[in-house]
Amino acid sequence: MLKLISRFKFKEWLGVILCAVLIVGSVYFDLKIPEFTQEITRLVKVGGHSVNEIWAVGVKMLLYGLASLSVAVITGLVSALIAANFSKRIRNDLFNKVQSFSMEEINKFSTASLITRSTNDVTQIAMVIAMGLHVLIKAPVMAVWAISKISVKSYQWTVAAAIALLFMILSIVIIMIIAAPRFKKMQRLIDDVNRDLRENLTGLKVVRAYNAENFQQQKFEKSNKNLTQNFLGAARAAVLMNPLINAVQNGLTLAIYWLGASIINSAADAATRLGLFGDMVTFSNYSMQVIMSFMMLTFIFMFMPRANAAAVRINEVLNTKTKICDGALTQGATLDDVEITGEVEFKNVSFKYPDAQECVLEDISFVVKRGETVAFIGSTGSGKSTLINLVPRFYDVTEGEVKIDGVNVKDYTEEALRNKLGYVPQQAILYGGTVTDNIAFGENGREVPTEKEILMAAQIAKCADFIQQMPDGFNSRIAQNGANLSGGQKQRIAIARAIARKPEIYIFDDSFSALDFKTDKELRRALKKYTEGATLLIVAQRVGTIMDADKIIVLEQGKMVGIGTHKHLYKTCEVYRQIVNSQLSMEDNYER
Amino acid sequence: MKDNETNRIPSSTTNRPIQPPMRGPMRGGIRMVEKPKNFKKAMARLSTFSSKYIALLVLATVLAIVSVTMIILGPQKLQRVTDLISYKDETTIMDLEQIFSLCLTLVILYSISMVTHVVQEQIFANISQKITKRLRSEINIKINKLPLSYFDTTTFGDILSRVTNDVDAIGQTLQNSFPVFVRQIVFFAGSLTMMFITNYIMAFSAVGSVVVGVLFMLLIIKVSQKYFKQQQNSLGEINGHIEEIYAGHNVVKAYNGQRKASQKFAKINDELFVSAWKSQFLSGLMQPLMGFVSNFGFVVVCVVGGALTISGLTEIGVIVAFMLYIRYFTNPLSQIAQATTSLQSMAAASERVFEFLDAKEMEADDVKTVLTNVKGDVRFKNVKFGYSPEKIIIKGFNADIKAGQKVAIVGPTGAGKTTIVNLLMRFYELNEGEILVDGVPLTDLSRANVHDLFGMVLQDTWIFEGTIIENVRYGKNNVSDLDVINALKAVGLHHFIMTLPDNYNTVLDDKAGQKQLITIARAMIENAPMLILDEATSNVDTRTEIITQQAMDRLMKGRTSFIIAHRLSTIKNADLILVLKDGDIVEKGTHKQLLKEDGFYAELYNSQFTI
Repeated sequence: MLKLISRFKFKEWLGVILCAVLIVGSVYFDLKIPEFTQEITRLVKVGGHSVNEIWAVGVKMLLYGLASLSVAVITGLVSALIAANFSKRIRNDLFNKVQSFSMEEINKFSTASLITRSTNDVTQIAMVIAMGLHVLIKAPVMAVWAISKISVKSYQWTVAAAIALLFMILSIVIIMIIAAPRFKKMQRLIDDVNRDLRENLTGLKVVRAYNAENFQQQKFEKSNKNLTQNFLGAARAAVLMNPLINAVQNGLTLAIYWLGASIINSAADAATRLGLFGDMVTFSNYSMQVIMSFMMLTFIFMFMPRANAAAVRINEVLNTKTKICDGALTQGATLDDVEITGEVEFKNVSFKYPDAQECVLEDISFVVKRGETVAFIGSTGSGKSTLINLVPRFYDVTEGEVKIDGVNVKDYTEEALRNKLGYVPQQAILYGGTVTDNIAFGENGREVPTEKEILMAAQIAKCADFIQQMPDGFNSRIAQNGANLSGGQKQRIAIARAIARKPEIYIFDDSFSALDFKTDKELRRALKKYTEGATLLIVAQRVGTIMDADKIIVLEQGKMVGIGTHKHLYKTCEVYRQIVNSQLSMEDNYER
Repeated sequence: MKDNETNRIPSSTTNRPIQPPMRGPMRGGIRMVEKPKNFKKAMARLSTFSSKYIALLVLATVLAIVSVTMIILGPQKLQRVTDLISYKDETTIMDLEQIFSLCLTLVILYSISMVTHVVQEQIFANISQKITKRLRSEINIKINKLPLSYFDTTTFGDILSRVTNDVDAIGQTLQNSFPVFVRQIVFFAGSLTMMFITNYIMAFSAVGSVVVGVLFMLLIIKVSQKYFKQQQNSLGEINGHIEEIYAGHNVVKAYNGQRKASQKFAKINDELFVSAWKSQFLSGLMQPLMGFVSNFGFVVVCVVGGALTISGLTEIGVIVAFMLYIRYFTNPLSQIAQATTSLQSMAAASERVFEFLDAKEMEADDVKTVLTNVKGDVRFKNVKFGYSPEKIIIKGFNADIKAGQKVAIVGPTGAGKTTIVNLLMRFYELNEGEILVDGVPLTDLSRANVHDLFGMVLQDTWIFEGTIIENVRYGKNNVSDLDVINALKAVGLHHFIMTLPDNYNTVLDDKAGQKQLITIARAMIENAPMLILDEATSNVDTRTEIITQQAMDRLMKGRTSFIIAHRLSTIKNADLILVLKDGDIVEKGTHKQLLKEDGFYAELYNSQFTI
């Protein structure tokens, strides 16, 4: 939490100081009001005063009350502004930090966790700042001031107040020591319960098919029990707080009056006694205010473990440095003064996920020339997707190098590198917004695509028809995650997005899988015609999608086991033949 | 001596994406309140559920009343102490003995109050945790008792939110708000009574001052609701944007969309900032306002009390007593208001929870026989079925399948292929006709028995969070690790698993193809007499499919198998292919026969090869 607070800016610190000054002011007013009771006591006890004089005192008290209120309102305003401003900045920092992450960091945290960190956790922090600032400053100021005011008059009352306060702080500390670790554990235990329940739901059919209801139930009961016990342990300690504070308050007031009786009894003259009597009434009110402000303090302590956990999680993100550093180049190499374009080269590339034992890719080398279509095929887990993800530098190679246009991808600025690429992932990703927004998504370092270009891209991607049938055509809203479209429609819009970008190199990571054969075929035909001169890298499952590629690269367990055309591979590569035969019946044969 | 009921455990179990601005601690914090449809009915249902604890609940309530009453009696004694002290002047002697006995009485009163308070809080904490635990368990158990058709109309998120948010809301309210509610009502009524008993003029002025303050507060609450709504909206919007951009991280990067995403984010963030500080400020206002109301009451009590004392109408001790009463009286106002909203949310939450718990369950098993040694003859006899009775999708399905046959079910999307599986597994009940295994209708068996007959691999791969070994074994403790590893080798996962950090003990996450293979291995371990493969290999690439196919062929040997396949190449060697169209079998036969017929199947088959 402190680490996070250290991100406060000058303006915010200024706000904190302002708050502190204001709070001291409000404490002054709060303590002033009970003092007037002395005057009232004097007026009442010493005869010969009129009711009007009392009204005058009352008006003064009220003015102080209003002053206290206005100071508190301003404090509230300042602290709300600090909290909102700080959370705004942290949220922004988090967002931009996550934007800078490579896939490695994203996977390390998991997307879901990053979302929570940027939303819920920040809200937590804002809440604690807004509330905590006020209370954290007020409680000690109030305690010290009130007690010092008492101490001038009588040491007995001071001792009583100090003992009560000490007792209270001690019990709060003890309760916190018992409860805090349990509160800390809470979120994890809740996640466990949720996970078990979610599993039971998502696996409805499987659970029943395997008669595993009891297995699931036992799992759930275990997490449920852990959560309940943990919560009960925390709750049992925490609910002691109320009775304790009540007891301290009642006890202290009683003590002040009881002590007061003997103090006043032993006082020398009437004037002193009268003064002491007024003090007694005032102090009993002070004691209440001190205890009150400490009670508020305990809320903050209750919230702290949670806010602290949130702060730690936020710091983790903010302090993570992305492993992928930007290069400096914005252009590819030149050959005879002509810029090389559309060229991809893998040179002895190996790749291993962090902490994994075996390589996902081993010693892969190949060259793709401008305008070529190269396909990657292989079994699940053979490394096709991983390989193609090295081109936009979502990951860095473990060994070897990946070159685009004659330059290592690490030497480009990320922006320049990606301006060359049009990438379509396996899972089509759409954003809330219009169809046009989605197709024109991002920047390619050149001009924004025109309406005509967007239409063109949609036509090539075979999505123009259904888009035009939507209520507002290209201006129709797409729901978050494209929830109002089918898988095939989403995939085609994602492809249109790549086309509208006019890249040198297209990367299709199994992006045709949700399309039926007919659409797949038509789309690729149109694409080929339009992308004349562009390089195409395609990962595919279906042989039909790739058999007319210039080059097919066959992967098997992370190694390249064949490279060549369909005909060539069918003759020479056993793995490839198996793949083809599994999809086409023998009699349908490769000649088709 | 104010009773501090506000000191409550923060709600640590809520994990909602959008949090209400405040819950619990800050007194009178304003938030959006959700209203139940029928408060009384919801509370009644909750109390039937908790009937086991009613006695304890009553005891705790009585204890709370005792505890508060003891405190309320306090000021009266203090008043007399004050009077005794103030009587002392030059002529009289302070009656120390009486002061001592009065103070002792107070010590006793406060001690009783504390002890009963502690016991009461512990009881409430215990009961509420027990009730929440039971609610969670019951919901989880209920999931497996509901017919699958229930889930056709309910989202998982909805059920999950009932367990996390709603059950939590019930628990929190029972533990925190309910005791507050009880205590504060007693405080309110008790102090009101005592004030009027003590001095009605002062009572009227005290109550009057508080009413004025409260009216002012209500005004602010009304104004602020708007900003809370705004803040909720902005929060929702920003969370949506964050989710979207994070989930599509690779696309944002690949398209250099960071700049625009950041711009949009900054814009929403700015909007959020405005509504956030406004709502935070307004909810922060409640506390100083309550403070002012309390101060105002205090001033009125002092002034009116002072005036009355001067006029000789009352004693100074009364002022002291009223200083306390006014606090006992004002404090409950915000607390009761807050507790009431909590109770309302609780009622709304229990409505949702019990709506789920009281949903109609599957019909009980009507066990007439138990099938153990199954040959595997399966017969569909005039089967009619629809997910809703008005829309029958399987219209009189007949098929006779001999033991050990490999049956493929093909057809376009929506033809009812998966429905056949749902019926075989008795996930849904037939509208008409019967399905017989070895001549025994499925309805004569227990559902568990039916499930034992089939090993199943579904299109939606499902794995739970656990190691690979645990996932494949799935509760079957009599299966050795070696068997599991062999099954995984058989589906060709060994290489992949070796690339993972903890090999076979790796805790699984989402990787489509591999997940599918793991579920196939799981079916191998299940070792049931019959097999259902519903698009089992659609997420596996064709090369892996060969390895899997070989393993599955081994598995299918001697077992009646039902295969639903998207890719027709995988079912060419089936003994029987059933071609479904709109819920009816339009063709049946072997691959060769069907191609020769040159009908619907041939059309389907050929469409995938035209390039």
